[in-house]
Amino acid sequence: MPMLAIAALAAITFAFRLAGPLLQERVAVPATAQRLFTSAAAVLLVALAATSALTAGHDFAGWARPAGVAAAGLLAARRAPFPVVVLVAASVTALLRLAGIH
Amino acid sequence: MRLQWRTNQASDSALVRDVALVCLADGIVGVSFGATAVAGGLPWWVPVAMSLLVFAGGSQFAAVAVVLAGGSPVAAVTAGAVLNTRLFPYGLAVSDVTSADGPSRTRRWAARLLGAQLVTDESVAFALRHTDPARRKAAFWTCGATLFTVWNIAVPLGVLAGTAVRNTAAFGLDATFPAVLLALALPTLTDGRTRVAALGGAGAAVALTPLLPAGLPVLAALGGLAALWRPRRRPRSAEDSGTHQRPAEHAIPVRSDC
Repeated sequence: MPMLAIAALAAITFAFRLAGPLLQERVAVPATAQRLFTSAAAVLLVALAATSALTAGHDFAGWARPAGVAAAGLLAARRAPFPVVVLVAASVTALLRLAGIH
Repeated sequence: MRLQWRTNQASDSALVRDVALVCLADGIVGVSFGATAVAGGLPWWVPVAMSLLVFAGGSQFAAVAVVLAGGSPVAAVTAGAVLNTRLFPYGLAVSDVTSADGPSRTRRWAARLLGAQLVTDESVAFALRHTDPARRKAAFWTCGATLFTVWNIAVPLGVLAGTAVRNTAAFGLDATFPAVLLALALPTLTDGRTRVAALGGAGAAVALTPLLPAGLPVLAALGGLAALWRPRRRPRSAEDSGTHQRPAEHAIPVRSDC
């Protein structure tokens, strides 16, 4: 990963961050478009959670990681504090691997 | 007056507590990121530079994952950039809090640029909890600044840990990132259509992962947005359709600070 690639990603990311506040001052973004962007963000978050939980490279990541993430997801749905959610994800995954389930 | 002061004090300490909890969780994720990147074979400065300059956990993990899976730097940047497109609607949602008061043009721009860099899933989620402008501002800047500090301490710590312990998988660190994403995403899945869109999109992304180059499957998930489309009866005339420019005073909120 060359420095140029990191700089490019940083510049693109910053442009996305700044575009919202700058645009808001100049044009009216329709409410429908804002809602669509919000839904798109939710869809992307869930898709990234699913692929990073279930896959490694082009293959299945094994059972331990998705099991840990699922346990964490259940706790998150019950409004458990964030650190608990994260620690449960790591612990369940680590314990399963210790037990020989990968 | 006194009651107001007490209420503010109570919500201030609630804000500090909530921000601390989120930052602690993200600190663990930051350690995981630094450790995963270095244990995968990347030099130490890659995760450190990314955390300072990009400062968007999801795209950092995605870009590093692409590179570690053998993908090209272009594919890595594309994957990260695509994920960060969500920062655009975030910026729209919090544009009132990233601006600053004051007569100095330079200071206003500095605050705006700094505020933009602090736009993250977390800081925006905190800002959106409040309707009062002062409280929105306090929530956004407290969370954003704390998170930036914690993240950029946690990642180098992770680099050290990853250098010492090559087998990060044994500690289940790879499960922390999807867990945080899921915990952040759950509160946004409020209505049924968004849930269908997200589940459909996630299913498609996972199914396409063996077939497509890294980074593209997550993009393909946007196809799930089709679930949001609903046929509507067209309004009778173009006048009612909302396609014409609305009067500026309705479209742009009047702000006292600009």
